[in-house]
Amino acid sequence: MADDPILTPLKPGLFARNRETLLRTLIPICVVVGLILLWQFIISVNGIPQYILPGPLAVANSLYNDWGTLWPALWVTTQITLQALALALIGGVGIAIFLVQSKWIETAFYPITVILQVTPIVAIAPLILIYAPTTQVALLICAFLVAFFPILSNMVQGLKSVDHNLLNLFDLYGASRWQTLLYLKLPSSLPYFMTGLRIGGGLALIAAVVAEFAAGSAGAGSGLAFRLLESQYRLNIPRLFAALILLSVLGVVIFMITSFIAWAFLHRWHESSLKREN
Amino acid sequence: MTTSQAPLMPAPGDSRKRPLVVMRSVSKMFSSGTLALSDMSLTVEGGEFVSLLGPSGCGKSTALRIIAGLGDVSAGTIDWPSSRINSKGLPEGDISFVFQEPTLMPWQTVFGNVHLPLKLRGVSKTAARDEIMETLATVGLQDFADAYPRELSGGMKMRVSIARALVTKPKLLLMDEPFAALDEITRQKLNDDVLRLWHETGITVIFVTHSVFESAYLSNRIVVMKARPGRVHADFPLKTSMSRDAHYRTSEEYRQACEKVSNMLLEAIGGEEH
Ligand SMILES: Nc1ncnc2c1ncn2[C@@H]1O[C@H](COP(=O)(O)OP(=O)(O)O)[C@@H](O)[C@H]1O
Ligand SMILES: [Mg+2]
Repeated sequence: MADDPILTPLKPGLFARNRETLLRTLIPICVVVGLILLWQFIISVNGIPQYILPGPLAVANSLYNDWGTLWPALWVTTQITLQALALALIGGVGIAIFLVQSKWIETAFYPITVILQVTPIVAIAPLILIYAPTTQVALLICAFLVAFFPILSNMVQGLKSVDHNLLNLFDLYGASRWQTLLYLKLPSSLPYFMTGLRIGGGLALIAAVVAEFAAGSAGAGSGLAFRLLESQYRLNIPRLFAALILLSVLGVVIFMITSFIAWAFLHRWHESSLKREN
Repeated sequence: MTTSQAPLMPAPGDSRKRPLVVMRSVSKMFSSGTLALSDMSLTVEGGEFVSLLGPSGCGKSTALRIIAGLGDVSAGTIDWPSSRINSKGLPEGDISFVFQEPTLMPWQTVFGNVHLPLKLRGVSKTAARDEIMETLATVGLQDFADAYPRELSGGMKMRVSIARALVTKPKLLLMDEPFAALDEITRQKLNDDVLRLWHETGITVIFVTHSVFESAYLSNRIVVMKARPGRVHADFPLKTSMSRDAHYRTSEEYRQACEKVSNMLLEAIGGEEH
């Protein structure tokens, strides 16, 4: 076993790196598991009733038993969030490109987007509910409005922070407006776009939930937020926790997907994806 | 092509004697009110290696940018007697620019960066491949075609920038303090590379620098500029019988050239209160 591959000079480094990755995954998992155990322990020792604070077992039970109700709600919320995010991406990038075409266009239209941004969405949700044909559409509009702004403002900043000399170079080689946009402005604002995507993804979910709270309507097409409220009215606290956990999981998954997209597009060239060696 | 037509065609040597670009009484006033250039005239022949030397802020970059068509003149004209002119009055595809910073697109590989000028003309990657690889070879980067700029050293990035400028086979190469940010050894190496490329291609170079030594080493003509407002203070050829290499750097001839250039520069700065 003297030439066991693990003993060759190259392997220890590889092994050490793998061990670090392993630890990076294991430690957070251990912490979460530990907290859940602690939670169950406190509930059992103090005999806290379920309608005040259910234990993790009760929540898991509810997650399993109420899956038939929770799953469609999760699906509805996921759909609204993703559709809103998609619309916000198209709208945000499109309008950002439009805004940076000239100083005057920006002067004229940017304030409107800022007003939309600073107005609390809960405050206009009732209005949107009146004008939108269905509650679903209203929720979609709310989530869109919230996710849209960070994407827009990041894109505007990205499109405007193009290296000045690269712009000169494109001029020198007689590049058309379209070529400059396609080959220079869009790629160089990609890091800004990815920041907008990550923020917008998180906000779309939050807005979808908040808007549903404001809408407060029942029906076949209701999302997780409604199920959460409903559980509260019925004092079904384990189910409330189950809905809450599903929302967190959805948020984490959206975060992971958007982070992965950012990494996939940027890691080969952008500094933000560079791992510092020291 | 018959032999009787031959005398009508300019011999390769002749193109070096024809003016490539003529600046006539060019002035440039920025909207801030700064008069960056005042009544500056300069004629550059094909094949020359001209250094534009002067104190910082004397308008070297402004002059270079105006020649490249990046920014209008406030008065005066720029003519291109030996080039075909496009609608903007610029010789299409005849000029290349190398900035002080490498100015590469970080999201593109070395190959992609050098491809850029051809891509903007509609030449595809596959069609341009041979030309790009050939140009990369002239700056010694053929093995780094697939590297991203962040993986390269400062000197290598500058070589990519030079390759990008050369890939269109321009007549005129404008360089704005291209090596000012590099360490001395890298800088000398790149100076030798530029000289070699100049010899091999017969390209015309206008080289902005604030280094007396660099200008004396590289150029066969030096234009010293004076500041506030920017204008030509002295314009003289720099002839040497020696080939410019490591040996020349330590020669008496080079020392004298440096001294001459240095005196001219001091003269140009003289009269200013600092
Ligand atoms: N875009 C600009 N707007 C206003 N003033 C400028 C601009 N660019 C350069 N200047 C001014 O013009 C003068 C010459 O600048 P520049 O050509 O960059 O000098 P150099 O390259 O010789 O250091 C300086 O006084 C500088 O401040
Ligand atoms: Mg300058």
